[in-house]
Amino acid sequence: MPRLVSHPDEVKIVSRRFGQGAAKIDRYLELGGYAAAKKCLDQGPEWIISEMKASNLRGRGGAGFPTGLKWSFVPKQSAKPKYVLVNGDESEPGTCKDHLIFLHDPHAVIEGTIIAGLAIGAKLGFIYLRGEYRYLLEIMEKAVADAYAKGFLGKNIFGSDTEFQIITHTGAGAYEVGEESALMESLEGKRGVPRIKPPFPAIVGLYGGPTVINNAETIASVPHVIEMGAAAFAAVGSERNGGTRLFGISGHVERPGVYELPMGYNLKKMIYEVAGGIRGGRQLKAVVPGGSSTPVLLPAEIENLGMDFDQVGKAGSMLGSGGVVVIDDQTCIVEFALRTISFYQHESCGWCIPCREGTDWLKKTMTRFHAGFGEAKDIDNIKYLAENMLGRTFCPLGDAAAMPVLGFVKKFRKEFEDHLDGKACPFAKHVAPEITVA
Amino acid sequence: MSPQNTSTETMTLFSPKLAARFDALVDKYPLRRSALVPMLLYAQDEIGYLSDAVIAEVAQRIGITELDVRNVATYYSMLRFKPMGQYNVQVCTNISCMLRGAYDLYERFQEELGIGPKGITPDGIFSLEEVECIGACCWGPAIQVNYDFHDELKPELVPGILAGYRGRTGVPSDGSLSLGWNAKAEGKVPHA
Repeated sequence: MPRLVSHPDEVKIVSRRFGQGAAKIDRYLELGGYAAAKKCLDQGPEWIISEMKASNLRGRGGAGFPTGLKWSFVPKQSAKPKYVLVNGDESEPGTCKDHLIFLHDPHAVIEGTIIAGLAIGAKLGFIYLRGEYRYLLEIMEKAVADAYAKGFLGKNIFGSDTEFQIITHTGAGAYEVGEESALMESLEGKRGVPRIKPPFPAIVGLYGGPTVINNAETIASVPHVIEMGAAAFAAVGSERNGGTRLFGISGHVERPGVYELPMGYNLKKMIYEVAGGIRGGRQLKAVVPGGSSTPVLLPAEIENLGMDFDQVGKAGSMLGSGGVVVIDDQTCIVEFALRTISFYQHESCGWCIPCREGTDWLKKTMTRFHAGFGEAKDIDNIKYLAENMLGRTFCPLGDAAAMPVLGFVKKFRKEFEDHLDGKACPFAKHVAPEITVA
Repeated sequence: MSPQNTSTETMTLFSPKLAARFDALVDKYPLRRSALVPMLLYAQDEIGYLSDAVIAEVAQRIGITELDVRNVATYYSMLRFKPMGQYNVQVCTNISCMLRGAYDLYERFQEELGIGPKGITPDGIFSLEEVECIGACCWGPAIQVNYDFHDELKPELVPGILAGYRGRTGVPSDGSLSLGWNAKAEGKVPHA
């Protein structure tokens, strides 16, 4: 069972019911559950969307798109049915926040889905969990069944004339399905290959109908926005970044875990105070701030860095999924970079050639490099390959692979050079030996 | 593979419970084939892998071609086309777990089981593979044995984990080796 952590600086909003048995519907009700959905049913779609806009809630999946604005793009009238799709495919390395939401507060996901449905006029919502999360899917399925039994889902939710149904759905292992268009393809029973945009899902989405797709953490935040009031939620965070974030701090820290901190919280403080500093009294070497696809940051770059979408963007990286991966000074960056690109090479679906070929060549080059067979020109070749992937693929997987690689090569060029000319890795670590170099 | 259950209206490879679940699943979605990926995974949980017969039955239940089913199935990394051990040990070696010693853990599993990557022990009880991120980054290094998570691991914990699973094995009477985790969790033997 994943260990829960706590720190005095935390502002527990989304995680306020964690560890309190709220997966049981009666307990969830005792803790104020489903009041937000009822209120939204009374207030109507325009009120909901204006609250969401005022809350400055932005997409927790990584892109940080304003949630209220996203919902407002869905046409009021539509010949085809509209849908809500909750993205619980959580697969970005370094990210395990939705894991805890499904485990401890499944009804918050259901309630948020109902509210999204009311806002856009959908009668059906899907909650898609990655295949590995089977025990969490079972928790979600039980929660959905309990919500039906109470009349919170069905033909007449909360005794009204409004219908809203939820279907839970499992994936079967695919990182790329976390991309919204690939997610829809997967839910339609196909390979999770991305669709070209436009049209955007809000206009032509699932089964061709207008669809709102939100990350599970975003959806779980929605009832809290309604409960607290949009202004109070916005006030917790930083400018244009409302509320809190479930930051998953992993790697070389003393107290790894998922901590709920206000948007804009200082990254250095997050590592040294909240997570207890670097393990074993070592020094910080680098931080990957928002899941493995976000460019690495150096210790000097995190001094005054507030963790919100805008500030991390300005620092040349991304807030992404909020998965903070902390790397100490005993770590080989070439090995770390190789493990990162190996993942993207494994997950590339092969639909777009720059991504399929680019990730493969990057992995091959770095495998050779790390094994001590690199040449000086390989370093620039890595850069060249990565730069030619950026922006040239249907979905962001190509970018997700290229961006971190560029960061490693740019900021740790010296360490790459230290591997040249048959020199053994200065850190003498082993690495996934999938490609053996003769 | 011969159909094991001939008492129901249509012959099926699956247990009556799973067959009934599939009947409901295909009608649940706005489009029948939306049930495809979950059906393949649930079928694999019960049968152990996606055999030709499983693919044929799933295709027939949804009303698409076998080729179409294969085309989709090959995309998903959890779906497999040959049997694995009864307990499939999946060691995450992605960045967060790697930083906390996942490769040492993976090596220890290889030593204890005497098998390499994607290997199966001669008794068919265990198989081993290295997997990508399983969403337990803050509790790494982490593994999954079938669908069961084990987190905050150290190499010295490996023998105990394996002993725990070995103690739970009952070799099924029909000779099929891979039970789904659900079936095991419910303490059931495979359908006769």
